[in-house]
Amino acid sequence: MNAQTAIGQPNVVAMVFFFVIIAITLGITYWAARRTRTTEHFYAAGRTVSPGQNGFALAGDYMSAASFLGIAGLVSTTGFDGLIYSTGWLVGWPVVLFLIAEPLRNLGKYTFADVVAARLRQAPVRIAAAIGTLATVTFYLIAQMVGAGGLIKLMFGLSYETAIVIVGAAMIAYVLFGGMLATTWVQIVKAVLLLGGAFILAMLVLAKFGFNPSRLFGAAAAKYGDAVLAPGKLVSNPWDAISLGMALMFGTAGLPHILMRFYTVPDARAARTSVFYATGLIGFFYLLTFVLGFGAMVLVGPDTIKGVDKGANMAAPLLAEYIGGTPFLGFIAAVAFATILAVVAGLALAGASALSHDLWVNVVRGGKASGDEELKVARVATVILGVAAVILGITFKGQNVAFMVSLAFAIAASGNFPALVLAIFWRRFTTAGAVASMLTGTLATLVLIWLSPTIQVDVLHRATAWFPLKNPALVTIPLGFAMGIVVSLMSARVADDAFAHHERRMHMGTTSA
Amino acid sequence: MTTPTTDGSAAIRALAQRRWRIAITLTVVMVIIYFGFISLVAFDKALLGRRLGSGLSVGILLGALVIVSAWLLTWFYVRWANTHYDAALSAIERGGGDTR
Repeated sequence: MNAQTAIGQPNVVAMVFFFVIIAITLGITYWAARRTRTTEHFYAAGRTVSPGQNGFALAGDYMSAASFLGIAGLVSTTGFDGLIYSTGWLVGWPVVLFLIAEPLRNLGKYTFADVVAARLRQAPVRIAAAIGTLATVTFYLIAQMVGAGGLIKLMFGLSYETAIVIVGAAMIAYVLFGGMLATTWVQIVKAVLLLGGAFILAMLVLAKFGFNPSRLFGAAAAKYGDAVLAPGKLVSNPWDAISLGMALMFGTAGLPHILMRFYTVPDARAARTSVFYATGLIGFFYLLTFVLGFGAMVLVGPDTIKGVDKGANMAAPLLAEYIGGTPFLGFIAAVAFATILAVVAGLALAGASALSHDLWVNVVRGGKASGDEELKVARVATVILGVAAVILGITFKGQNVAFMVSLAFAIAASGNFPALVLAIFWRRFTTAGAVASMLTGTLATLVLIWLSPTIQVDVLHRATAWFPLKNPALVTIPLGFAMGIVVSLMSARVADDAFAHHERRMHMGTTSA
Repeated sequence: MTTPTTDGSAAIRALAQRRWRIAITLTVVMVIIYFGFISLVAFDKALLGRRLGSGLSVGILLGALVIVSAWLLTWFYVRWANTHYDAALSAIERGGGDTR
């Protein structure tokens, strides 16, 4: 371990914050558990979350360890290249607002599959949607668990495996007992801590540069060359940049744990307002990552950052230590820990909903299960997912966090997003088209990732890869749309009056239907 | 073709098309802005590396502007929906008298 840093040694402040966060979130869970009696509470917090609360909760669900630790690390070691993620992860939000949020709230109940299946045959569509959901959630969870294990190991000197088990246990407790209500408030607490912590850290960095970001960037260029302010080696193939950008932009609108949050607000108007708040908060956070990344580059230095952790994920905690000593390091580490806890809770809930609401209730039981039975199955699914996340977290030790998340985005963008858009807006969409779109999008993404340099060169250390792009979204998103459209046109027409009814519900909601 | 009926289905159809046009236009604008930026990252690294004053490069400035443009587009849509779209919806609700 590096001699100049307290990272990896027991840190009293970090421990105190760590236990305070655990205590507060478990207190919230206890409070929420007493209010979680029906499936509507468990999946959708009784639809009582306000737009402002949901705005913070969306931001909390979205700003993952990859956002905070991964981007700060990428910018601190590669400069400008890391900012491709900062911008890409925000521009999906306007797309969510324009195309998805309000129709989703009016057409569905608990999962995005509700919307895709609304006009179509339930069983095949639900199975395909559950495959897309579980694939997205699994990749995302692996990334979060790996980040959590590495972080807690570095911060507290605990073993990686112990850290993973702690995160898994906390995640199961929140979701199992407190459902969506507890998950929502864990997200809100986390969003406030993360935005507050990142803001204070960025201001303290800027204070060293006369509150002038240009002087910070100039200092980075003076120390490490002009190249850090320009696109560099991360994107050596131009089409890679475009493909990654497509995954980030359209993936957001296909993330099951984000889409699910729109059912927690009372109506479509509240869903709209909540995306507006979320976009503001998330954009503000990504602007701060510019400062945090370059701040870590100038003040801590890429060599020190990579010396502590090869994946560079410790850039933000190291920066905090440089600025405010061990106590501030402890605070930022605890914030990063809260970040991971909140995101994994949201993911577990989304995965559990796909297993219980989509697969068990609407496929196995043909939509005829009682509310009590559905709630019980959802809770069993939560435990299964929690245990699976722990096992996967330990299996995938040592992967780069930001990169694993971009794979989850590619699946969401190619498997879930095209079918969701076509189901909402396209009259001629059919069951066969929906299934073809979701399965092709998901499977093509998995196959092309396997054949890409990401796996073949970086993981398996082969000289070349069969597929040239690191991220397959450039091919798989159009493929998802094309399969949905072509297969629909080849299958039997859907009655027009069904679409008129669908359109009425999409705009007026269920109250007038 | 749909004909005007008492349940307001023609009005809903018209409103649906109007919202779709706005939604798709704003989405396309966001796509152009972001992929314009990404294309510069991919194809014109020299331009993005050019410096404006002491430290700010064109690339960093454009990256920040992409975020600001996302804010402006969402603000524009919410303002349109809160005034025009919601008003049209409540007019349909009042005049429709639909019990379907």
